Amino acid sequence: MEFLQPTSWTDALAAKAASPEAVPICGGTDLMVELNFDARRPAALLDLTKVADLAQWDIDDGSVRLGAGVSYARIITELSARLPGLAMAARTVGSPQIRNRGTVGGNLGTASPAGDAHPPLLAAAATVEAASVRGTRLIGIDEFFTGVKRNALAADELIAAVRIPLPVGPEQFSKIGTRNAMVIAVAAFAVALQPARKLVRTGIGSAAPTPRRAPAAEQFLAGALAEHDLWESRAELPGPLLDRFGDLVTAAAAPIDDVRGTAAYRLHALGVMARRTLAWAWRQYQSASPEGS
Amino acid sequence: MSTPTRAPAAAPGIAPDQQRDRASGIGGNAARPDGTLKVTGQFAYGSDLWADDMLWGVTLRSPHPYARIRGVAVGEALATGGVFAVLTHADVPGKNRCGLEHSDQPVLAEDVVRYQGEPVALVAADHPEVALRAAKKIAVDYQVLDPVTEARAALAPGAPALHPDGNLVRHLKLRKGDPAASAEVVVTGCYQVGMQDQAFLGPEAGLAVPDGLGGVDLYVATQWLHVDQRQVCAALGLPPEQVRLTLAGVGGAFGGREDLSMHVHACLLALHTGKPIKMVYNREESFFGHVHRHPATMRYEHGASADGKLQYVRAEIYLDGGAYASSTPAVVGNAGTMGIGPYVVPNVHVDCYGAYTNNPPCGAMRGFGSVQTAFAYEAQMDKLAATLGMDPVELRCLNAMSLGSEAPTGQIVDSQAPVAELLDRVRKMPLPPARAGGIGGPSALAAQRHGQPAFDLRDLPGGVANTTHGEGVRRGIGYAVAYKNVGFSEGFDDYSTARVRLEVIGGEPVATVHTAAAEVGQGLVTVQQQICRTELGVDQVVIHPVNTQVGSGGSTSASRQTYVTGGAVRAACQAVAGQAVALAQRQLGRTIADLRLDGGQFVSAAEGTVASLAGVLGSDIIEETVEWRHRPTYPVDPETGQGFAHVQYAFAAHRAVVDVDTELGLVKVVELACAQDVGKAINPDAVLGQIQGGSAQGLGLAIMEEIQVSDGMIRNPSFTDYLIPTILDMPPMQIDVLEYPDPNAPYGLRGVGEPPTISSGPAVAAAIRAATGLELHRVPIRPEHITGSMPGPAP
Ligand SMILES: Cc1cc2nc3c(=O)[nH]c(=O)nc-3n(C[C@H](O)[C@H](O)[C@H](O)COP(=O)(O)OP(=O)(O)OC[C@H]3O[C@@H](n4cnc5c(N)ncnc54)[C@H](O)[C@@H]3O)c2cc1C
Repeated sequence: MEFLQPTSWTDALAAKAASPEAVPICGGTDLMVELNFDARRPAALLDLTKVADLAQWDIDDGSVRLGAGVSYARIITELSARLPGLAMAARTVGSPQIRNRGTVGGNLGTASPAGDAHPPLLAAAATVEAASVRGTRLIGIDEFFTGVKRNALAADELIAAVRIPLPVGPEQFSKIGTRNAMVIAVAAFAVALQPARKLVRTGIGSAAPTPRRAPAAEQFLAGALAEHDLWESRAELPGPLLDRFGDLVTAAAAPIDDVRGTAAYRLHALGVMARRTLAWAWRQYQSASPEGS
Repeated sequence: MSTPTRAPAAAPGIAPDQQRDRASGIGGNAARPDGTLKVTGQFAYGSDLWADDMLWGVTLRSPHPYARIRGVAVGEALATGGVFAVLTHADVPGKNRCGLEHSDQPVLAEDVVRYQGEPVALVAADHPEVALRAAKKIAVDYQVLDPVTEARAALAPGAPALHPDGNLVRHLKLRKGDPAASAEVVVTGCYQVGMQDQAFLGPEAGLAVPDGLGGVDLYVATQWLHVDQRQVCAALGLPPEQVRLTLAGVGGAFGGREDLSMHVHACLLALHTGKPIKMVYNREESFFGHVHRHPATMRYEHGASADGKLQYVRAEIYLDGGAYASSTPAVVGNAGTMGIGPYVVPNVHVDCYGAYTNNPPCGAMRGFGSVQTAFAYEAQMDKLAATLGMDPVELRCLNAMSLGSEAPTGQIVDSQAPVAELLDRVRKMPLPPARAGGIGGPSALAAQRHGQPAFDLRDLPGGVANTTHGEGVRRGIGYAVAYKNVGFSEGFDDYSTARVRLEVIGGEPVATVHTAAAEVGQGLVTVQQQICRTELGVDQVVIHPVNTQVGSGGSTSASRQTYVTGGAVRAACQAVAGQAVALAQRQLGRTIADLRLDGGQFVSAAEGTVASLAGVLGSDIIEETVEWRHRPTYPVDPETGQGFAHVQYAFAAHRAVVDVDTELGLVKVVELACAQDVGKAINPDAVLGQIQGGSAQGLGLAIMEEIQVSDGMIRNPSFTDYLIPTILDMPPMQIDVLEYPDPNAPYGLRGVGEPPTISSGPAVAAAIRAATGLELHRVPIRPEHITGSMPGPAP
């Protein structure tokens, strides 16, 4: 097995163009498991950890540009205030060791339906910055996941960064596992409220072949909030509204039975998480001052 | 009832001043001799074994739970560069059979495989990857058969016989009093326990080194060297002198290393290639490489008078033994003879069956048959209390076994059995504070700043996964009490051998202890040192490498090593001390009646220090080897289960406090309280460690640990999906250690390791029932059982 270790982004892109079969490795927390189990035997590995730029983040035009190689641990310590939804998800990933090594770039590379970064990225309307020697392409997160563990990257492309619009409202994330730490999601849900644009976005994890949004739930909620002037009044959300939102989130999912849980449980849990996270996000909106929201 | 005593003076047979709790002697918290190495990562485990010219061995396993083998073609594998040997059953020189209680398992499969993962062929190569790839080139022609996957189905008439004598491994019948007894209040229930794994962290590993003379030395992480040796010798067709075993570093066992894994395989390859062979399983292979805890299906009926006195218990218990017998007969014996719990019941009718199926083989695991039944009988006690409108602890205390009670086997309980007191003690411990609404720890404050709730999510079900801020959460409290036989039962000749040597090295008296008893992490090495220090009055005690050059130490299981090997070490020390005193008296030229060893000196009450041990010994070496037995037990009557089956009982009680998110079915165990009678805490810190670890393992079975098997196939052979409790799942514990000496046991001690594993899970299950109001007749309790998002298993 060949081991390529570029030290600059230009070299990394050149290497990927020259050997498209080379498999990128960042934290290695997904890839090394596959190698150890002999599930995969790539001809070459392309180590991205020596590309310093990849582990940087900055703020650019109202978005956080999160380098593909920034670890979950750094997202938690450095970006909790700016990206609360993603940080909440990052806190639930694996163990401290995994959070020290694992990256959002790797999570997107694997594109597992259970990847914990995906629901908050969907809810936040993130954009994936895919780069190759041919140039840079922006892929909307809605178009990124194309199948079970498949994504929209071309053979010569690498993920440079994820652009996440700074939240303009409350975000929540919730994840079910059958123990209280270090567990792969049985089901996960993220919600983001955007009061200025009167929009709502969602993300569902581990309950369909790919991470996905619940568009009908989003439209229903945005419509109901507008119809009843709730964005302005910040009044309590009526119970039936929460219930309907939960039902529509459930309806958007297409889970399976597996060792981690039954399809029926996943559907049930999504409804509960949707109602609860919406209530929490709304409470945050209620308690934020109108100017600062 | 007498009060528990921590004063060692109450223990029988030992002069009080000899047993004072010195930090390094018995009753003290002596440090582990291997402790620093282990916490600094320098301890050599079995997987660290190395020989310069060694080859790597790997095992080809059956992908099918049940299939006929029509042929095995090894040519292509053997032709692979770097491969030194490919072996099948035809290469086993001795008897191609092994097994703990019945020799029913082929070393390598012949014409049939009976479980997924059964070893079929072996490869040795100069690199582990080469060996793995070559193994994939072995062509096995399987004719796949329909597996038998359920114990009751296996015993039903017409089921295909998986072994020549049929599918029944053992049927234990327990009959006491009137089989048709009736009662005013009757409760029935059906319960299921899933298949738990020992989940030890150090995988199966060993190194076999051929001696060039036709024999072999095997270094292996195991629980019982001599029973391994017996089986390896039979398979190799060699006498014990030519098969020498040495214990390698053991990374946990819990029963899973009592059966053979790679032992014979590595020796076969070593003798075949003439080179040292190392074998190490990875985590996935480990799930196929050792036995698990028997899954159980149990039907119980309890009858009581209106005032809560138990009148009868009838039970039918089915244990799924999987493809081979392993220790199923003994597990059936335990589950059957102790399956109604530590209660006094005049009329008992129990049938306990162990069956062969095509599921993974099941055998020994901490708690050994008692874990399964405790879930059932304690659920029944709660159900009965609810029906009677009685407090569940009071109902238990009313029926509790005590000193002098008659067990359902007819055996009289002849030492303290403080069942009621243990329950009373856990009930009286202070309860944890009400559920967190605003715990103000630093993480809560940090969370608050980021718009998060003002409490620490880690205190709630779901933890930082942020599933509830209190919604749907209800608290429940549950109790359970358990008992367990210590040591091997039913007439087994249960002994241990200890060789103790006393000599002067560098001017200092040094004792060396040599046994074949396996240290598996529980602290036997520490206990042996403590006993030597107390009995011989020396500070320096060396633990000799553990091997078969001394007689059997018996198994490190059944909570027995401190009792049995501890007893052997004490007896050997006493023999050595006797010789030393005699030597001193010969040198002094007179007899001093109470002369004994203490602090490196010969002392007497009348004369004080008389001579130094180093001075008297000079260059002499005193060595004694003692084979020590606990009092005998006897087989039970095959028709009634009556008999003096068990040498000692050990008791523990738990109280569990849980918070359940009743809408999502997620559980946070808030606190576990435990009271356990240990007779004498030889090392109090180690006792606490056993209680904490055992409680965690019981908690794991109650809420998450299960090898999920469908159609004979393991669906979750990884730590990604076989979940064991993390630090956020295991709560802080309040522990009360009682010391009622057992007059029959060395120092009055009782085995410690298993009882807490038995009662913690049922207490957690009871607390979840209390929080949810649900019956929950199966463990592990999964979220979907609580939310009703799946139909419960048909009883
Ligand atoms: C014990 C354990 C627990 C875990 N728990 C969780 C959990 O709770 N939640 C969760 O979501 N995940 C979990 N994971 C999975 C894993 O940690 C995450 O998916 C993580 O985000 C992977 O990041 P990485 O940098 O380690 O990826 P790597 O393993 O380095 O790569 C993963 C994939 O992404 C590709 N890749 C990496 N970087 C790039 C790039 N810049 N451009 C294009 N492709 C790229 C790789 O080729 C590979 O296919 C766990 C893993 C382990 C071992």
